[in-house]
Amino acid sequence: MDHHATTPLNQEVLDAMMPYLTTEFGNPSSNTHEYGHYARIAVDQARRQVADFLGAGPNDIIFTSGATESINLALKGTAYLDSRKSSANIITVPIEHKAILDTGKRLQKQGVEIRLAQVDHYGMVDLDDLRKKIDSNTILISIQAANGEIGTIQLIREIGAIAREHGIPYHSDAVQALGRMELDVEKDNIDLLSASGHKIYGPKGVGALYLRKGLKLTALIDGGGHERGLRSGTLNVPAIVGLGKAMEIAKRDLRDESQRLLSLRRRLAEGIESRIEDVRLNGHPTQRLVNNLNYAFSYVEGEALILACRDVALSSGSACTSTSLQSSYVLKAIGVPDHLAHSSLRFGLGKSNSEADVEKVLDLLEHGVKRLRGLSPLYDMAKEGVDLEQIKWSEHHQ
Amino acid sequence: MDVWDDYSEKVMDHYENPRNVGIVENANGVGVVGNPACGDVMKLTIRVEDGIIVDARFKTFGCGAAIATSSMVTEMVKGKELGEALEISNRGVMEALGGLPKVKRHCSVLAENALKAAVEDYNKRK
Repeated sequence: MDHHATTPLNQEVLDAMMPYLTTEFGNPSSNTHEYGHYARIAVDQARRQVADFLGAGPNDIIFTSGATESINLALKGTAYLDSRKSSANIITVPIEHKAILDTGKRLQKQGVEIRLAQVDHYGMVDLDDLRKKIDSNTILISIQAANGEIGTIQLIREIGAIAREHGIPYHSDAVQALGRMELDVEKDNIDLLSASGHKIYGPKGVGALYLRKGLKLTALIDGGGHERGLRSGTLNVPAIVGLGKAMEIAKRDLRDESQRLLSLRRRLAEGIESRIEDVRLNGHPTQRLVNNLNYAFSYVEGEALILACRDVALSSGSACTSTSLQSSYVLKAIGVPDHLAHSSLRFGLGKSNSEADVEKVLDLLEHGVKRLRGLSPLYDMAKEGVDLEQIKWSEHHQ
Repeated sequence: MDVWDDYSEKVMDHYENPRNVGIVENANGVGVVGNPACGDVMKLTIRVEDGIIVDARFKTFGCGAAIATSSMVTEMVKGKELGEALEISNRGVMEALGGLPKVKRHCSVLAENALKAAVEDYNKRK
């Protein structure tokens, strides 16, 4: 139940890729023989599949090695264009994926100001604050479509409209949103969009960047001038074919699969709230991804609870941060107290999950929380009426 | 790969079946260390008679390794003289558990600190 971290490769996707891993090994850039020709046809088809899924034109899609590269290209590629501005700024939010935040840090060292628009306690960006942060030096607004940890879906269309009013391009990291909600770059006023293959049952190591026609970027990788000179390097044909197929399937299955996930999510949420006391939902109650839940199980430490539920893959934050011992920066940014952040678990439902899985995880959670609360001094204190916020604890030891 | 793949069998056993859970009745030494904001709090209660720790129990809010080290330290101190007990180090607790993954070594410090705090509390009360 950790489909935010990654997803298994769909068999249909593998079948589509297989010829390009075996007999169809051509380089799409070779235009003197038919090996190259067939590879080019396959890449063109994938480009159309990706474009169709996003509501874009095929010429607006740039294939990359994954969403992290797409994001780097979107942010750095925009920043490096604007040599005329010495005091350029980019606006984003503190709950973005590290791919955005760390790219922002790098750009900051290079003189680009990174402005963080405020988010409320659900993780929704404050549109008034966003407006206030915009000035004539703003070169890009980058706000995720949906959050991978707390599931909160942003008001993308409104953000895009605000960006457009000011003539600023709007980039959205849509990695977690794709395949889980309707998304259309035209309707949603998105100018750049980063997508990944492996979060939608496609292969790892491939992604795409949508770039609205007329917008420019500075390439980060120079070479043979592939992808309109924006991303040189021989195309990874099998992975690109897989990405295209995964997006075609995601589009085809979107309605049915989101309905199914939503009903599983409701079952899981109702089960948690009716069977376990003192739980708190992190993130928005309704404006959230169909497959995501994030609950704080008070007085119980998250990793100990994951361990108690280890027959089901769960996570206590983004997979990148769960070994770091620090509580989640996303939960911190939306004002979840540290001790509750340490007690929080993320649930990411996906294609492979059934009602039986939900029942199983509910049993494990109920039993695990009960057992661990029996060990927890915080639970005893809370039951005695002690306010945990008022106690003078020892210093942080980490 | 999950961090608990690196937990020894002993760590898993103490996490699954922790020894000496609870609060010692008539405890004459109590140590509470850690911070919920850091993700671990341990409460250790001991009963000392004639300079010997005759009972020790714990309650811990923390990860699997924190629970296992808490459980182990209660086993190690029982029946020991105070001086002897204070010689138990976090390293000793870790060794008794067959080691801990690197990122979890700080959990054994929690157990050592709780023991020191409980003994200190006992000495103050005397």
